[in-house]
Amino acid sequence: MARQGILVEPYQRLKPEQVERIHQASLAILTDPGMVCFNRTAADIFGDSGAEVSSIEQGGAACWLLKIPGKVVSEALQAAPKVVKLGARDENNCLILDGSEPRVHFVSGSETNIWLDVDFQTYVKKSDPNIAVMLPEFHRRRGTVLDLCQASHLCEHLETLDAFIRPVNIQDKDITEDNKDVNKCFASLNNTTKHVMVGLTSLKQLDNVVNMAKLIVGGEEELKENPIISFITCLVKSPLQFVEDTTQTLIEICQRGLPVVVSSAPQAGTTAPIKEDGIMAQINAEVLAGITLSQLVSKGTPVLYGTVPVRARLDNLNDSYGAPESSQYNIDCVQMARFYKLPCYSTAGVCDTKIPGIQSSIERLFSDILVTLSGPQYLHCAYGLLDGNSTFCLLQAVLDDAHFQMIKFFVRPPWVSQAEIDDTLKQVREVVATPQKLYIRYIRPMLRSGQLSMSYPFEGDEETDNVLALAYERMKQLLSQPVEHINPVTTSRIFQEIPGILPRLNVYENRREQ
Amino acid sequence: MSEDILALLKENVIQGRRTQDDEGIDDSMSGKPGVLELTQLALENNISLETIIMQGLTAGMQVVGEKFTTKEYFIPDMLASAEAVGGAMDMLKPHLEASNVATKGKFAIATVKGDIHDIGKNIVAILLRGAGYEVNDLGTDVPTEKIVEVIKEYKPDFLGLSALLTTTMIIMGEIIEALKENGLRDKVKVLIGGAAVSDEYAQEIGADAYCVDGFHAIKILDASQEAKA
Ligand code: B12
Repeated sequence: MARQGILVEPYQRLKPEQVERIHQASLAILTDPGMVCFNRTAADIFGDSGAEVSSIEQGGAACWLLKIPGKVVSEALQAAPKVVKLGARDENNCLILDGSEPRVHFVSGSETNIWLDVDFQTYVKKSDPNIAVMLPEFHRRRGTVLDLCQASHLCEHLETLDAFIRPVNIQDKDITEDNKDVNKCFASLNNTTKHVMVGLTSLKQLDNVVNMAKLIVGGEEELKENPIISFITCLVKSPLQFVEDTTQTLIEICQRGLPVVVSSAPQAGTTAPIKEDGIMAQINAEVLAGITLSQLVSKGTPVLYGTVPVRARLDNLNDSYGAPESSQYNIDCVQMARFYKLPCYSTAGVCDTKIPGIQSSIERLFSDILVTLSGPQYLHCAYGLLDGNSTFCLLQAVLDDAHFQMIKFFVRPPWVSQAEIDDTLKQVREVVATPQKLYIRYIRPMLRSGQLSMSYPFEGDEETDNVLALAYERMKQLLSQPVEHINPVTTSRIFQEIPGILPRLNVYENRREQ
Repeated sequence: MSEDILALLKENVIQGRRTQDDEGIDDSMSGKPGVLELTQLALENNISLETIIMQGLTAGMQVVGEKFTTKEYFIPDMLASAEAVGGAMDMLKPHLEASNVATKGKFAIATVKGDIHDIGKNIVAILLRGAGYEVNDLGTDVPTEKIVEVIKEYKPDFLGLSALLTTTMIIMGEIIEALKENGLRDKVKVLIGGAAVSDEYAQEIGADAYCVDGFHAIKILDASQEAKA
């Protein structure tokens, strides 16, 4: 059984003819000006497949201009699987992403540098020392591998969270470029039984990471059947450039047959046109070019149409995830992916503010609700992210889980069937005949069968706002619940066969020492 | 045998199953006798009225109250249990009268003249019946004269008044004045409630207590029982 996510009746922002127009504009962009490619292998692959490739020079680096004909793109679109399975250590946590079915799954991510600790302090009122309140204090620091373990642990227990992307960059002193990938993968996989999606730091580590996954599931075939890991590659740098190293990463992942997100993250106003049709035509061209490459490398490679479009903030040209336009672009992208029947990796829930609170709730709920309604199969960034994508906070992730409970409830379809109506008529007649004329007794069966939404879980008493303190309690409670780690035998094989994993991540060894 | 019946009675109160047709909390008892059937069975087995009330109904309600406090139960659960107990008390009433066992007391309740809000008042009535009080519900928009008449004839221990409008709450003061004029004020304790009124208002018009909700009312009434005992 796969995780169910939530099936929505999708909100469409673009009219069908507008979708078609953007599609045509993207194809036009791919032939003129085309893509600038800094990766030789990719240029050769495109050249062999009917693209017009010419050698150019930009910024002193050798590169190639690719003019990709529409025919090459449409063949690739046909070859790309329309349904992608993302596996999980616990098979009940796997995800089936069907490009034609607007079933939304909610996912964490993306990598931030700053980890925000929360601590509560008591403050006494000066004019009346009998009155004291608890207020949160936030402390920023660089993320560590043990933080990542905690994030994965918490995400395992967040009910609405369907898959895990590491939300924090591990910056311990003993983490180097050579051991980073194995450590981040092990820390993630060992603390959640949900799907783990990885962005690689070093291509050299790809096989170590894949081998770790094989050890966990029992072999190569088992991993194909149940791909407990998948990859994200940002091979495109907007506007319209294939980056040398990440493009190589995509090529190599495709050769290994594991699911991969082809993603582009343009900013309207700086690296993409400021107009909606402009950023849409460009981002769609970029993703189509990446998907085309994936299928040229290996026909049938499972890919996700990945988009992280944002608008520029006008005061500092940072990404503005809180801007309503960012949600508009995301919704448009979901529609484009559905037009191609490809599963969509979309973005919501990031806010501009730096700490959990009123602004963070407003900003994230705005995109959370709207983008969910558009029906992306894989909605990432949705838990705990602050400060535009720079900071992660566990407490915020707990709040986000509560938001998604409400959103999931809201998008349920209405129940109006003849049987329901018959039942209703009976109720009305019964109640009207009683002296009190109250329907209260009919609440209970609805309540017990989970058909009623619950009150906001972090509501304070009377005139106090205790949301953060209550969510903090919930966070501690979730972290105190155990997780099912990778078993001892596999763990010791991983430590023997995969080089570079830090000994402090071995829960069995550490337990013995304690 | 009688212990079994009492244990089942208590459990069914907790589940809020008035009759065998009610689903209760988790469907596990569907089709089995509910509070009314079990009360009948208890009577047939000559279990004493006091035992039925104390070890079956009240004991069950006690657990329900605890579950409500710990937020395991919601208001609809509370009301389902209270309705079940209220129904049982109706069945026991003739027996109680015949055997001179006192109920916790008679409670007349009304929404005052000019006011038709009755959701809160009805809930309070259900809860009080469930708590073992004999409730006489006079309805909404009840004229002051009618209330005076009921106090004279039915002789309740308590009078509950509900008003949700600032324009109708003043009627509560008039009712208390009318009770005084008729020499009835010391015969009955007056409790008031509803969105318009407050503790201060209760004091201002000389009511005995203001109640935030039905549970508050039960607390006040039970405390006055203990004071009597
Ligand atoms: C539902 C409702 C209605 C419904 C009533 C349906 C019904 N069957 O009762 C309808 C639509 C008919 C209605 C009509 C009107 N309403 Co109206 N209504 C409400 C509303 C939204 C909720 C009341 C309610 O049922 N609450 C839920 C119950 C469970 O709570 P409760 O009544 O407070 O009761 C609890 C406690 O107070 C306590 N309690 C209550 N009574 C008693 C008595 C005793 C003895 C004890 C111990 C405890 C107790 O225990 C209860 C259980 O916990 C209130 C808003 C509010 N803030 O209360 C407005 C409100 C009371 N209505 C209001 C108004 C103005 C009216 C109308 C005049 C509107 C109009 N212009 O037509 C009419 C009144 C007509 C009339 N003559 O009475 C105003 C009153 C403002 C004011 N000036 O005082 C309110 C406050 C809304 C508002 N803010 O404007 N209303």
